[in-house]
Amino acid sequence: MRPAVTALSLGLLSCHVCGQLARQPIGGGAVRCPRCNVPLHSRRPRSVSTTWALTLASMLLYLPANLLPIMETSSFLGSQQDTILSGVLFLWRSGSWPLAAVVFFASVMVPLLKVIALLHLLLSVQRRSSHRMLQRARLYRLVEFVGRWSMLDIYVIVILAALVRFQGLATVQAGPAALAFGGVVVLTMLAAMSFDPRLIWDAASARVAEGEEGEHG
Amino acid sequence: MANANGGKAWAADEQEAGREARSDDPHGPSWGGRLIACHECDLLQTAPELDLHQSARCVRCEALLLRNPVDSLERTLALAAAAALLYVLANFNPLVGIEMQGIRVEVTLFGAVQALWGDGMQAVAGLVFATVILFPVLELTMLMALLIQVRLGRRGRAFPLLFRLVRSLRPWGMIEVLLLGMLVSLVKLSHLSSVILGVAFWAIAALIIVLAAAAQSFNPALLWEARGTGARA
Ligand SMILES: [Zn+2]
Ligand SMILES: [Zn+2]
Repeated sequence: MRPAVTALSLGLLSCHVCGQLARQPIGGGAVRCPRCNVPLHSRRPRSVSTTWALTLASMLLYLPANLLPIMETSSFLGSQQDTILSGVLFLWRSGSWPLAAVVFFASVMVPLLKVIALLHLLLSVQRRSSHRMLQRARLYRLVEFVGRWSMLDIYVIVILAALVRFQGLATVQAGPAALAFGGVVVLTMLAAMSFDPRLIWDAASARVAEGEEGEHG
Repeated sequence: MANANGGKAWAADEQEAGREARSDDPHGPSWGGRLIACHECDLLQTAPELDLHQSARCVRCEALLLRNPVDSLERTLALAAAAALLYVLANFNPLVGIEMQGIRVEVTLFGAVQALWGDGMQAVAGLVFATVILFPVLELTMLMALLIQVRLGRRGRAFPLLFRLVRSLRPWGMIEVLLLGMLVSLVKLSHLSSVILGVAFWAIAALIIVLAAAAQSFNPALLWEARGTGARA
């Protein structure tokens, strides 16, 4: 198998801002982009450890986000506290099951699947796995694309809390889970951004290089 | 994955890879023939000459490498100006309202943030303010500043910094999620009261369409051309 020619393998650095290629000086050292002057790195510095830290932090916040009340409704009938799941159940029972499905997917499934996908990417990169690299690259793109949609429930609460303020009749307030949930969304987005997808493909170059050494030796 | 545009990139030979990439290439915005590294997998490949509407994806990981939209500069500028107008409408008009026992309540975007802040949820209020007001507005104004500089053929010293900011703000602007959130909350309320869609609601719906069109016509490669003229037949 012919080794893939990457910028790294030829000692070139590509600018993440403008795409310009620049030569890595012999012996290393800091380089700036000749065209737009940003510092260049062949791979995002400390990508794996940063992504691990952010992913683990978001896993911790996922528990209060789902267990604590996200919405407190009080009306003349009494007061009621809703978690994300009980909000979904309310939508389901009131007959709007397509919306219940959308909210369930965006608020419960997306953060969960995102964390699982990030763990899979991190572990496979650390094992230098060269299996299913294209699928993992697609998975990474999906994680990046879908993350923002988890903010859905936050906006729902914001609109409800702003509108339903009829003193004595009904009021809606955001609960403590809103903060935890916002944290989950922000942390998983930051985790996806700090992961360098080029690490997925570096395993292929390493595998081929090792294979060639074996043939020659 | 869509590869419908027919664009195709070729993996670089080692010979070609040895050639220096030139920054003052006379080829224009398509970067045709130039050596580029995929930003998602680092594979070196020669950029193909793109016809209008074509785009090129990485041969190895399918990441979008280059695009060549028609009249990119003019169209993106026009759409960005339209989006700015819609932002003003979206921020200074009522978003949604409800009517309950003769009392009518309407809320603006900023009013909703203020209400949340007043309820003691300052952090969440800040997050909402940033993602649906501050970041989208900053991104749009900085994008327009970039495009105008390219149009005039004069790039200021802050040009690369502006571009970096625009790119890093992009994922944090979430007005399309806000629109879906408004729909969900209105469905929840529709059992209790009659709901009214305000001017800002429709402005945001239009805004999402305009911003999608702007993203489609935007060609980041244009920004780095040596000469400011984006026109290319
Ligand atoms: Zn650069
Ligand atoms: Zn690639």
